Amino acid sequence: MFEIFGIPSQALFGQLLLGLINGSFYALLSLGLAVIFGMLNIINFTHGAQYMMGAFAAYLLLHHLGIGYWEALVVAPIVIGATGVVIERLFLQHLRKLDPLYGLLLTFGLALVIEGLFRNYYGSSGLPYQVPEALQGGRNLGFMFLPNYRAWVIVLSLAVCFATWFAIERTRLGSYLRAATENPVLVRAFGINVPRMVTLTYGFGVGLAALAGVMAAPIYNVSPQMGSDLIIVVFAVVVIGGMGSIMGAIFTGFALGIVEGLTKVFYPEASNTVIFVIMAIVLLIRPAGLFGRGA
Amino acid sequence: MKILHRLAFAAAAVMCSMVAAQAQDDDVVKIGVLNDMSGLYSDISGQGSVAAAKLAVEDFNPAAHGMKVEVVSGDHQNKPDVGANLARQWYDVDHVDVIVDVPTSSVALAISEITREKNKVFLGSGPATSDLTGPKCSPNTIQWTYDTWMLANGTGKAVVQTGGDTWFFLTADYAFGQALERDTTKVVVANGGKVLGSVRHPLNTSDFSSFLLQAQTSKAKIIGLANAGGDTINAIKQGAEFGITAGGQHFAGLLVFINDVEALGLKTAQGLVLTETWYWDMTDANRAFTKRWQVAAGRPGKFPSMVPAGVYSSVINYLKAVAALKSDNDGRAVVAKMKEMPTDDALYGKGSIRADGRKIHDAFLFEVKKPEESKYPGDDYKLRATIPAAEAFRPLKDGNCPLVGG
Repeated sequence: MFEIFGIPSQALFGQLLLGLINGSFYALLSLGLAVIFGMLNIINFTHGAQYMMGAFAAYLLLHHLGIGYWEALVVAPIVIGATGVVIERLFLQHLRKLDPLYGLLLTFGLALVIEGLFRNYYGSSGLPYQVPEALQGGRNLGFMFLPNYRAWVIVLSLAVCFATWFAIERTRLGSYLRAATENPVLVRAFGINVPRMVTLTYGFGVGLAALAGVMAAPIYNVSPQMGSDLIIVVFAVVVIGGMGSIMGAIFTGFALGIVEGLTKVFYPEASNTVIFVIMAIVLLIRPAGLFGRGA
Repeated sequence: MKILHRLAFAAAAVMCSMVAAQAQDDDVVKIGVLNDMSGLYSDISGQGSVAAAKLAVEDFNPAAHGMKVEVVSGDHQNKPDVGANLARQWYDVDHVDVIVDVPTSSVALAISEITREKNKVFLGSGPATSDLTGPKCSPNTIQWTYDTWMLANGTGKAVVQTGGDTWFFLTADYAFGQALERDTTKVVVANGGKVLGSVRHPLNTSDFSSFLLQAQTSKAKIIGLANAGGDTINAIKQGAEFGITAGGQHFAGLLVFINDVEALGLKTAQGLVLTETWYWDMTDANRAFTKRWQVAAGRPGKFPSMVPAGVYSSVINYLKAVAALKSDNDGRAVVAKMKEMPTDDALYGKGSIRADGRKIHDAFLFEVKKPEESKYPGDDYKLRATIPAAEAFRPLKDGNCPLVGG
């Protein structure tokens, strides 16, 4: 086995694979954020709390209704997406004409309230949630031991990211949405119900966050602060990728997951700041982000 | 308009003078419970510690001693600057006489220094770093419940002596993790083991996969977790996923609380060896306290760790010393009195406080039960060994504490 910068190649490939897995969470979450911001011009700070609610939904579905992981993958995003629709109808629709900063403040406040409620009720140590039977165990790839569940995470998130991108960029519904973002009045003139489309899009973005939450429940600690730990990194990912760009969010999510993975090998103490350093550099060179379309 | 301005100015001036005119001393003993109310350590301490302090005041019965006692609380968010600001405000403006709890060693070190400066009292039930009774010892500080040396000597020694002679550390990259790694390394080496490597992770990490992979590559028999709370839970949970145990390696949870075991579930946590100084199910007094605590803290079905128990114990003994001195003004005098009087309370029984500020009591080596061995909720531990008080803590002469002669 050869060595790269003093690290055996085996260990390096293993870390790259792990970085890819983390990147899939970043990609899924930043996709939801990018959809919501790109289409609706709302900076959705509640995204982390909605991710957390997805994980809690999976736990609650299992413990109170006996609904397992596979069904929770479908049920939880729908349920949490519905709460997203409620939030949009109650609060966000009134802020549409204002500066995006108001949306940011509102969603930030909502995130604090939701997190506080869950922490008050469930405590902060977290709740146990097992990896589903079919995905337990793993295989030894030679350079590392890959748990089956982590492989599943990469596969599912790639599939969902691709499907979302395809739906927005290549289908008719997606084109209505993109048109409505640019010129809602004209699109309404064509008879398309723009407000309903916007509401459902927000619900979809929230559902994506909840899906990430269900996927995270078996491997990360299901606790009320799981969202706030992750959301700030995801925002950095979205900013680097470019706030409105779907492909940018997906690509940057995976890329930054890999960069973080490499940092954990060479200088682990910096692993939770390296993404912000990159964000600062990118903003200096390309303020609109790597794939951004400009303010 | 001008009259309005003048009135406003006059009102402001009056209000300022009211603040300045407050007396230096008052006849209320004010206890400040400072800990993590919202983050990864909030289950171990948090509102549970506040409830424990209030139960202690209730049991002390201030009225019978002619005293008035008040309990306030605050959130340091695991940040030394936030904790330090709150402590200064409490000491300078709010007349708080003693700060208790303070998990998160970096915050505790800051609080200890501020307490020394203001001549108040700091009863650290939460912090782990053995430096608080070592090079950073203070005549105003008592470290109550546990410390990193005791954990290393308890769990570390037991693990090495049962065959775990090669170690790899997963360390939380701040004062506590580094102190725990340092103390445990000494114990491992002294007992014939070897440390093959270590990796430092940021506090409050959710994904340990990369660090676990490094631990696996090292082929060490024992992966020492020099972290606590949410970090420990995540590491153990993900370790199960990555087949750590199947590959022949074992985790040594150097600081594990009952709340962590409950969060992991017995299926994942079984077999874990840990050291605590108090377990809710050990005596009738402990069980009775737990019932009251569950109501007072609003946490039915949850169990107190040794940290709230330590808060209870430290507050009761503090109040006894203040009652004996008939004054809470001079922090050093109260601490000196506490070191002079033997300690006695329902939870920790009889004990004492050393010259370096270390409270002494027995430590217990527990093993987490298998799911089938647990008969009721909270029945998580079986006792493996009792480490008597004389051996459980670092010898007085080894601490490099300036307060101890020589």
